Amino acid sequence: MLESYIKQRRKEKDILLMTHIVMGYPSFEDSYEIVRQMVAAGVDLMELQIPFSEPMADGPVILKANQKALENGSTVQKCLDFAQKVTTDFAIPFLFMSYANILYKYGMENFSDQMAKMNIKGAIVPDLPPEEGADYLKAMNRNHLCPIYIFSPQTSDQRLSYLSSFAKGFVYCVARKGVTGKQTAFSADLSAYLVRCKKATSLPLAVGFGVREKADVDYLKGKADIAVIGSQTIRIVDEKGAGAAGDFIRSIL
Amino acid sequence: MKNRGYYGDYGGAFLPEILVATFDELETAFEKIKNDPDFWKEYETLMSTYSCRATPLTFAQNLTREFGGAKIYIKREDLNHTGAHKANNVMGQGLLVKRMGKKRVIAETGAGQHGVATATMAAKFGFDCTIYMGEVDVLRQRPNVFWMEQLGATVVPVTDGTRILKDAINEAFRDWVTHMDTTHYVLGTACGPHPFPEMVSYFQSIIGKEARQQILAAEGKLPKRVYACVGGGSNAMGLFSGFFNDPVELVGVEAGGKGLDSGMHASRLKSKDASCGIAQGYKTYFLQDSDGQMKETSSISAGLDYVGVSPILSAMHDKGTARFESATDEEVIAALKLTMKKEGIIPALESAHAFAQAFKEAPTLSRQDVIIINQSGRGDKDIFTVADAVDDPKWKEFIIKKAKEYHA
Repeated sequence: MLESYIKQRRKEKDILLMTHIVMGYPSFEDSYEIVRQMVAAGVDLMELQIPFSEPMADGPVILKANQKALENGSTVQKCLDFAQKVTTDFAIPFLFMSYANILYKYGMENFSDQMAKMNIKGAIVPDLPPEEGADYLKAMNRNHLCPIYIFSPQTSDQRLSYLSSFAKGFVYCVARKGVTGKQTAFSADLSAYLVRCKKATSLPLAVGFGVREKADVDYLKGKADIAVIGSQTIRIVDEKGAGAAGDFIRSIL
Repeated sequence: MKNRGYYGDYGGAFLPEILVATFDELETAFEKIKNDPDFWKEYETLMSTYSCRATPLTFAQNLTREFGGAKIYIKREDLNHTGAHKANNVMGQGLLVKRMGKKRVIAETGAGQHGVATATMAAKFGFDCTIYMGEVDVLRQRPNVFWMEQLGATVVPVTDGTRILKDAINEAFRDWVTHMDTTHYVLGTACGPHPFPEMVSYFQSIIGKEARQQILAAEGKLPKRVYACVGGGSNAMGLFSGFFNDPVELVGVEAGGKGLDSGMHASRLKSKDASCGIAQGYKTYFLQDSDGQMKETSSISAGLDYVGVSPILSAMHDKGTARFESATDEEVIAALKLTMKKEGIIPALESAHAFAQAFKEAPTLSRQDVIIINQSGRGDKDIFTVADAVDDPKWKEFIIKKAKEYHA
């Protein structure tokens, strides 16, 4: 189970690291190399994004990666094949991240059956709130998969509790307003917000949006269970190639 | 999340968590004005003193004679301030923004009409204003970009994706998730997450309310059919809503582009190329591939060049309470030329789709029948596109000369 894996792992580490890739960006070969390097460098879990043409919640870096992956021929089927390969080859838990339409077109049931079959542990679907997610939740629960829900600083206490009633595995707390990949001020406000999050759920907390360097990860120690690095990995790979992924991870741990 | 606004299987509010509170606030504010009898009065007063409401219903005598069938009336939304029905929605949302106490507005625009209307409203009400516009549309609707900037708005060309309307909407959402405390997103059409489809249709319903009264006054009876072009669907919703309880056939006309068989069009409801999907926060018919990736659309008119369509119209399509057709770029130019020559009226390329379909059907109706075409906007914004389409040598000569002046 994802939740117990995280809790177990936390006994050995102050904070866990979750990273994100867009499958097929810049190519599937590079995607595989990035995963390989990251796992070797000690990443604890990974988000595999199935690219979508309208990634509303993503900022410029991940948006461009989505577009480029699609231009380069990434399809849902190729992403599923890729996911099958990495879950077979590497021992850490993997999650899917995508937008509602990808799952909807594939069929919620079929999609979650595929996930279960290839040992993907859960999914993050930012434009599928529980109110719209009855079919999704049913399919995920039937397969004992984790629907990962998102908390935001704008979310009321009442709604935090509501969301946590559907959440499994862990909760993804976005550190600030806005889209992925922009600067975040790691400040007292963030601490207070994370205290609110912790009150609302007994699940582990992951914090993402704007986590870029060692100082950010260190700041989150004691306040959260998982630091999420998203856009920054893509920036590093853009600049230095897939081979730089491992060194980058070692530099922030 | 309070209410999700479904129309049959379509609509909903597929929101990122960060926007849920903002949408709850918007819905509360909208419910309040809907239940406030003074609000509609305030709105009508604003529209009659700042814009030209009620807009006329013009009897098109020469076109009627030309086709020898139904009597053709034209609802003149082009005579609104800023030249299109877009003002109806924008001024309504402007009043709402004032009540919510926000100081900045953002909007997407395709043809530029919604952007110009929003920039105008922002100038009048003293809001900061940013308009997102696809790079392709910036090029084909340059005059509107010029006016938006003169009106004090910042126009941001969107270089991602297909660089047209849908991409501008994505970018506006990205701005909004960052600045929702101070900013309202003035969505320009009856699409997007609840309550936008309902709210935009509510403000646009002024078109249908007026048209119904006007046709009864002029003809003493209801029209047989009413025609409106359909991009997102706001002008169609506006006109149609006046006749929901009447035995009137509602005809929506989509952009047929180079023809429905060519794949180069923006027809979601008439063509077989669209399927139900979820994007931009709502569920509707989208032009998408089997993976759910949105396809490129094509139309001579920037305002109809959109992958999705109002969920309310999708529901009407399935129920058969409205009929959807399409007109090709070529048919649209022909209809535009005829309308200019016969009536001295210049419809926008978007609106000319409704004219084209009405012209196909008018001769098949009897002389006792009456039809209404919604002229959603005026065509002078399209001067560059139309000049190219009619291949006018004098215009080219003028442009070349003008360019030389700038080089000098």
